[in-house]
Amino acid sequence: MSQTWSAGQLPTIKAWQAGARGEIVNLILQTILKRLALGVVTLFFVSLVIFSAIQFLPGDFGEAVLGQAATEETVAAFRRELGLDQPAWQRYLDWVGAVATGDFGTSFSGRASSGVDRSRPVMEMIAPRLENTLFLASITAMVAVPLALFLGITAALWRNSIYDRVVNAMTLTSISFPEFFVAYILILFSALWWGLPTLANITDGMPFWEKVHKSLLPSLTLTLVIVAHMMRMTRAAIINLLASPYIEMARLKGQSRIRVILRHALPNAWAPIATVIAFNLAYLVVGVVVVEVVFVYPGVGQLMVDAVASRDIPVVQGCALIFAATYILLNLTADIIGIVTNPRLLHPK
Amino acid sequence: MTDTNTYSAASEVASTITRRTRWERMKIALKKAPLTAWFGMIVIAFYLFVAVFAQWLAPHGEADNSFAAYLPWGEPGHVFGTDQIGRDVFSRLIYGAQNTIGIALATTLLSFMIGGTLGLAASIRGGWTDQILSRIVDILMAIPSLIFALMLLSVFGSTAGSLIIIIALLDSTRVFRITRSVAVNVVVMDYVEAARLRGEGLGWVMRREILPNIMPPLVAEFGLRFSFVFLTIASLSFLGVGLQPPTADWGSMVRESASLMQFVQYDLKSGLTPLLPAGAIALITVAVNYVVDWFLHMTSGLKD
Amino acid sequence: MSEDSKQNEGKAGDILLEMRDIRIEGWSDEKWNPIIKGVDLTLRRGEVLGLIGESGAGKSTLGLAGMGFTQPGCRITSGSIMFDGIDLVKATDSEKRALWGSRVAYVAQSAAASFNPAHRLIDQTVEATVAHGLQGEAAAKDDARELYSALTLPFPETIGERYPHQVSGGQLQRVMTAMAMSPRPDLIVFDEPTTALDVTTQVEVLLSMRKIVEEFNTAAIYITHDLAVVAQMADTIKVLRYGKEVEESETRQMLTAPKEDYTKSLWSVRALHKEAQPSDDIVLSIDGVDAAYGRGLKVLHDVNIKVPRGRTVSIVGESGSGKSTTARVITGLLPPMTGQVMFNGEALPAELSGRSKEQLQKIQMIYQMADTAMNPRQTVGEIIGRPLEFYHGLKGAAKEQRVLELLDMIELDETFYDRLPSEMSGGQKQRICIARALAAEPEVIICDEVTSALDQIVQEGILKLLMKLQEKHGITYLFITHDIATVEAISDEIVVMYMGEVVEQGPKDEIMSAPYPDYTKLLLSSVPEMDPDWLTKLAESRDDTA
Repeated sequence: MSQTWSAGQLPTIKAWQAGARGEIVNLILQTILKRLALGVVTLFFVSLVIFSAIQFLPGDFGEAVLGQAATEETVAAFRRELGLDQPAWQRYLDWVGAVATGDFGTSFSGRASSGVDRSRPVMEMIAPRLENTLFLASITAMVAVPLALFLGITAALWRNSIYDRVVNAMTLTSISFPEFFVAYILILFSALWWGLPTLANITDGMPFWEKVHKSLLPSLTLTLVIVAHMMRMTRAAIINLLASPYIEMARLKGQSRIRVILRHALPNAWAPIATVIAFNLAYLVVGVVVVEVVFVYPGVGQLMVDAVASRDIPVVQGCALIFAATYILLNLTADIIGIVTNPRLLHPK
Repeated sequence: MTDTNTYSAASEVASTITRRTRWERMKIALKKAPLTAWFGMIVIAFYLFVAVFAQWLAPHGEADNSFAAYLPWGEPGHVFGTDQIGRDVFSRLIYGAQNTIGIALATTLLSFMIGGTLGLAASIRGGWTDQILSRIVDILMAIPSLIFALMLLSVFGSTAGSLIIIIALLDSTRVFRITRSVAVNVVVMDYVEAARLRGEGLGWVMRREILPNIMPPLVAEFGLRFSFVFLTIASLSFLGVGLQPPTADWGSMVRESASLMQFVQYDLKSGLTPLLPAGAIALITVAVNYVVDWFLHMTSGLKD
Repeated sequence: MSEDSKQNEGKAGDILLEMRDIRIEGWSDEKWNPIIKGVDLTLRRGEVLGLIGESGAGKSTLGLAGMGFTQPGCRITSGSIMFDGIDLVKATDSEKRALWGSRVAYVAQSAAASFNPAHRLIDQTVEATVAHGLQGEAAAKDDARELYSALTLPFPETIGERYPHQVSGGQLQRVMTAMAMSPRPDLIVFDEPTTALDVTTQVEVLLSMRKIVEEFNTAAIYITHDLAVVAQMADTIKVLRYGKEVEESETRQMLTAPKEDYTKSLWSVRALHKEAQPSDDIVLSIDGVDAAYGRGLKVLHDVNIKVPRGRTVSIVGESGSGKSTTARVITGLLPPMTGQVMFNGEALPAELSGRSKEQLQKIQMIYQMADTAMNPRQTVGEIIGRPLEFYHGLKGAAKEQRVLELLDMIELDETFYDRLPSEMSGGQKQRICIARALAAEPEVIICDEVTSALDQIVQEGILKLLMKLQEKHGITYLFITHDIATVEAISDEIVVMYMGEVVEQGPKDEIMSAPYPDYTKLLLSSVPEMDPDWLTKLAESRDDTA
């Protein structure tokens, strides 16, 4: 895999390039596959943790779900349905197998002590809401990511300028605010002056722009919170990069500021920037829970909070798994971008 | 050939720092502290004062609902009016300081005890201990902590005890990471090796050689973790799965009064009621962040 | 600015760079501190000026100022820097940018960090030349390949296609020289370009750099702390100390008749000498040791070393020779795969944890970096007091009394008792480390490059102290170093290591005289000598044998 360049056996550059290209692709592929495998292993353990949640439920939760009046038979039937009479590993395998085909089980709610079961499949509850959450997250990301990168990079370039100080103080303040504080301030402004809808009760058939209009405030809240985080991280990453000796060398070669940035800093900046973006999109996933509740936005976060309040474990598990998988996937993507832009891997020894 | 009689080791000039006592250094640092840091310190001091003396400061009891519901602001004896079941909002704000700060502080301390100890152990022991602990932490951190907390609370129920333990455990993963990463840099220092070669035990090496040298970043991290824990608990309470009534806490106060927001056009003051606890939360996290930012700037030695 | 470099070629002997009473300050501890305190400098076309001084003398700052560049956090407060009629103190950024990379170029100390990892070497080599419009890209690349060849880089035709991490440190340093030379500048500033290299590599790099500077008759400022190196490169040498000029004179004159005491002290270590005394009383022996880190590659192969009591044995070798690994095996930090360490005729347990307090006490260690060898949060009293308490059970006043005695032994007074490491100079810190080792009352002290991080004059003081302590207390030293001058000064016996094997062991006089095994010869001949013709002679003798 690694070539040693000992005297006399160096191939001509053409042959070297032709011969090495396959190897390079292999090396990158290997590294990516390793990273993917790690992601799968992580997901496996995460699913194990989420699955085991049901193990810790108190013994009488059957009564709690079905109501005081539940007969012993209905409780027993309920426990059987959950598979509590089977060994844990068997249930885990069944659960994972079902999840893999998109079946998250059925909700606890809608069950009655009489044994009548009006509960809905978890998937049916999550799917439309997941769509809404992704909608909110994407329109936020489309504004927040470019804005944060722009602010972060410019602040790093004009370090210690008034601009940098102002942006810094503002973002430091705004990352300290809880999301609901930002949200209520915006609602206040909106109610007093802006006249934007403060309830984001979007529905399925709604036209696209009406959805956007209704989602403006939640999206703005998320943007404010996330831009602050992301801008600070971008700034730190770029400043770190600009401190490299090779940047000073480029300046000492008389290169213009723009050229130093574009040619010398940028090719090495993809990995840190990708990490920053992924981290913050992941943060978006979490922040969305509170914001959805504030604006009564019908997303996964709201669903999960309701399920937690009513201790509807299958729904909680489904939501948690979706959030965790998104989180893992985003970090995975950032790492892979880091791998394919790393010159040391692109051009192995 | 060489004349070195003029040379003496003791008179060697060094770029030494003039010796100052801790108190003198603190005074100098405080003198140079930026406005934001002063603001932060004053706010924190004020909050702590209110939290400690809540019982004496509050005009009414925490759960005293003997008043009419939804009294407006400025009603005699009720600066900020009363809430939906007739409890004095001002008193609840004061008790809220005690409850929320107390729980956040207890949680942060616990998470530092767990994460800090394990992080130190991982960095000193290295090898398998480090590998296993680090992998477990990686996995736990792959689930967003608010989501994880929601899930665990749904299983174990929301009591102050389970809240503290669950958040502390989840947060200790981050404490573990930072402790480990700072300590790893100290562990490789020659003075740690020198202590091991001398035959010192693990406890001595940890207490005397490593801990004093990782304190500054850990102190800063304590501030950051505290404000993060504070926000998490407030968020959970806001979502209705944190501290349960009748305990006064700022997160649930926001939720309970949120509906008043709709009437802001008609009665500005009442409409602002949910912003009081929300603002109280925002203010302390901003204050802590300002102080931490200043502290980091001071200890990093970076002049940027 | 003229883009035509030919026009800039004035007559040889014309003044190219002239600094008058230059003063530079740096921002630290919340205030501006002077770094350069009024220095004059004159450089003529085609001349090479050596700037020499110890750490903190301000030589790099002055060298960079010669390009009109100040590092972040520094400022020029007064004086003038005239480069061929342009005042660099007053010049705007864009005026300076027009000069940098076309008429003045820079060669940095750390080649590995100074190349952009994302671009091919040849693209970086010609970047400035092409960007300044001095040559087309194709022509510049052809020229670069010729420069690679002139700098005796292997595979000059293709090496430029590689990326920085694909070539060795010595090669990278030469590529950087080619990069500086590509625009055919009037002036190149070399900032400690060989400091990070092993001696055998250093020779090759020095030779090729000197050759190319002579070939194009480029003026250069050569910054280094090593007088022997600068003697090979420079026509004139300027000695700096604490931001001021000590003296400046022509190289040969500087070496034969230095005016200032300080200049003389710069090669004082080379004046130290100890008569070797043989001895057969072996206190420590390493028998047939093989060692590896983890399950990785073996780094020691059948190492056998015998250390006589009360003598100094030096292990010399370049980086990767296994000399520091040997020390780790002796101290028990790295248990060997095979073989053992014998101490006073008894085998020491391989693992650190298996050794008794007495065994640990008898072998002490002093490190290269005194900075990292002392806990920055402990005072001198605590640092020296701990082994007294730990090994000898001393407490309270008795402990304090003994610490003061030890301070006296290392020639420091009682005012040091309460100091923190950050309140002492490098040499003082190293003395405290020596006192800490002495406090244990050991039989053997392992000294791992103890003087290499120190300035010359301080090195001498430390070595003298170590020798004095040996005479008085009969301590045995195992001295690990790459510096041949130090070895000559203090050893009784020498062990030469290369690639994890012992090449040679024997009394100093035997090792240092012919006949040599090949590697010893290469190593010894590569050590720069205080003779301006040394490099020339060496190149000739190597050409002859090749």
